[in-house]
Amino acid sequence: MKIAVCVKAVPDTEAKIAIAADKTNIDFNGIRFITSPYDEFAIEEALKLKEKLGGDTTVISMGGAECTDVLRDSLARGIDSAVHLTDADFANLDTLSTAKVLASAIKDGGYEIVFVGQQGVGGDNSQVPPMLAELLDYAQTTMVVKFESDGKTFKAEREIEGAHEIVEGNLPVVISAQKGLNEPRYPGIKGVMAARRKEIAVKDAAALGLKGKVGGSELKVKIKEMSLPPERPAGRKIEGDCDTQVKELINLLHSEAHVI
Amino acid sequence: MSQGILVFIEERGGQLRKASLEALSEANRQIAAVGGSVTALLIGANVKALSSDVAKYNPAKVVVIENAVLGNYASETYTQALAEAVKAIAPKYVFAAYTAMAKDFVPRVAARLDAPCISDVMVFQNNGAELLPVRAMYSGKTYGTYEITAPLSFVTLRPNVFAVQEGSGAGAAVEDLAVNFSDAKAKVTEVHASEGNKIELSEASIVVCGGRGIKGPENWPVLQSLCDALGAALAASRAVVDAGWIDHQHQVGQTGKTVSPKLYIACGISGAIQHLAGMSSSKVIVAINKDPEAPIFKHATYGIVGDCLEVVPKLTDAVRKLHEHN
Repeated sequence: MKIAVCVKAVPDTEAKIAIAADKTNIDFNGIRFITSPYDEFAIEEALKLKEKLGGDTTVISMGGAECTDVLRDSLARGIDSAVHLTDADFANLDTLSTAKVLASAIKDGGYEIVFVGQQGVGGDNSQVPPMLAELLDYAQTTMVVKFESDGKTFKAEREIEGAHEIVEGNLPVVISAQKGLNEPRYPGIKGVMAARRKEIAVKDAAALGLKGKVGGSELKVKIKEMSLPPERPAGRKIEGDCDTQVKELINLLHSEAHVI
Repeated sequence: MSQGILVFIEERGGQLRKASLEALSEANRQIAAVGGSVTALLIGANVKALSSDVAKYNPAKVVVIENAVLGNYASETYTQALAEAVKAIAPKYVFAAYTAMAKDFVPRVAARLDAPCISDVMVFQNNGAELLPVRAMYSGKTYGTYEITAPLSFVTLRPNVFAVQEGSGAGAAVEDLAVNFSDAKAKVTEVHASEGNKIELSEASIVVCGGRGIKGPENWPVLQSLCDALGAALAASRAVVDAGWIDHQHQVGQTGKTVSPKLYIACGISGAIQHLAGMSSSKVIVAINKDPEAPIFKHATYGIVGDCLEVVPKLTDAVRKLHEHN
């Protein structure tokens, strides 16, 4: 089985975010990057499937220097090989361009399953997995909380509002991982040391046949302005004993806020 | 110059999704600036009968793609249906509510038609005939205002944020669109309804959320009584989901759902950044926590320092009394 996992390096979720001087992006200075949380479920599912069916796992990430540690983290968890897609042309790509870049790295590799986190907690777009499936002409199932495959077909359970759907289909397939799919294993010392010795393959736009085809004037959507959300006005703590507090709260919710 | 807005109206179990009608209402509000007209699109095995309900929300036209093949959802058949509708109607914008179904197939259609897609939009700014969608990024820590330079784009709208506006419903034409469906490589074979909320969290107008401060899963009924009194949906923080106290479907936060209720009541929740990511756009936030230094109080409209297991039952009684008087 050949299994691919796409991961994204995103700012540490504890990080306080500031806006860059040009106001079209965040300020990346001093930001620590981590593997996007949903991608951890993707990595774990790939490892579990390899344990069950045998084969090869490859992790792929698009971006700048921030990808290196994230790729090593996947290798340390047990992924066999890593590919870093990096080029000046790949800066500030929209979701469709990102999917095109990932697709170009995957399409001739014979991958039967591609696992991706259901959204990257930077852009929070939740679009790349279905776009990738379309560009690869693969089947897809998104928001997956349970997955099994025999190497030819698959059965997945996906989360929708108030229900779970069972999806059945044929490989090759792109699966987007939702929380609950599995419990990610964390790298141990041996994994981390082994990962340090592995070589990460690097591919640029030219190597992928994408020179002049993504980014820059090819972009159809871009961020005109990045801003901080409006500050909430300071709230207040309600004083008194429990009965007094409850009475006052009901009064405020009804007569001041008009929400009940 | 392309023009017009095509709105995908999602249907489940014979009911129109409220969030789709919100998207249709917003399309109607924007169409004068954009130019052209609003078309509503129904896709399914048994949807023609719903076209008169859709017409009440004032699209210029309702297009129906009805086919037995569409009875069970499949990413590829719904993708094909929407792509055919876009080719037939040639809109400038395609709107859909940001639901599990739309997340699954709308980006696939965008990729098929080489068009950009902007998801979970909270509000539009305008630049002449151009819409500038605004959406949350970095787990709600920033807002991005987008500029589109393509003649066709796909936009999904956050549920519970855009007002629904019923219209006169006079004379929307209804048209059938026939599509020759190719076989799908994967399809839904079963649907299992979940236990729990009858009200979908992402569409709820009041949410009551429990965290570690509720002390144990045996205390969910305390919060559920408040939900019943308020007509609210029950939610949970990541800590209690991870501890196995409740199913992930209830989780609000960065790795859970995003909610936009008019009232959010946080019980025994400290207010970690990742939790705020899921509820910071709530109109009114009430925090009940024993710890006066809990970060949640910085974000709450009203705060009560106290034990939520003591406060919530009294709150439930008070809500019931209020409803009796009104």
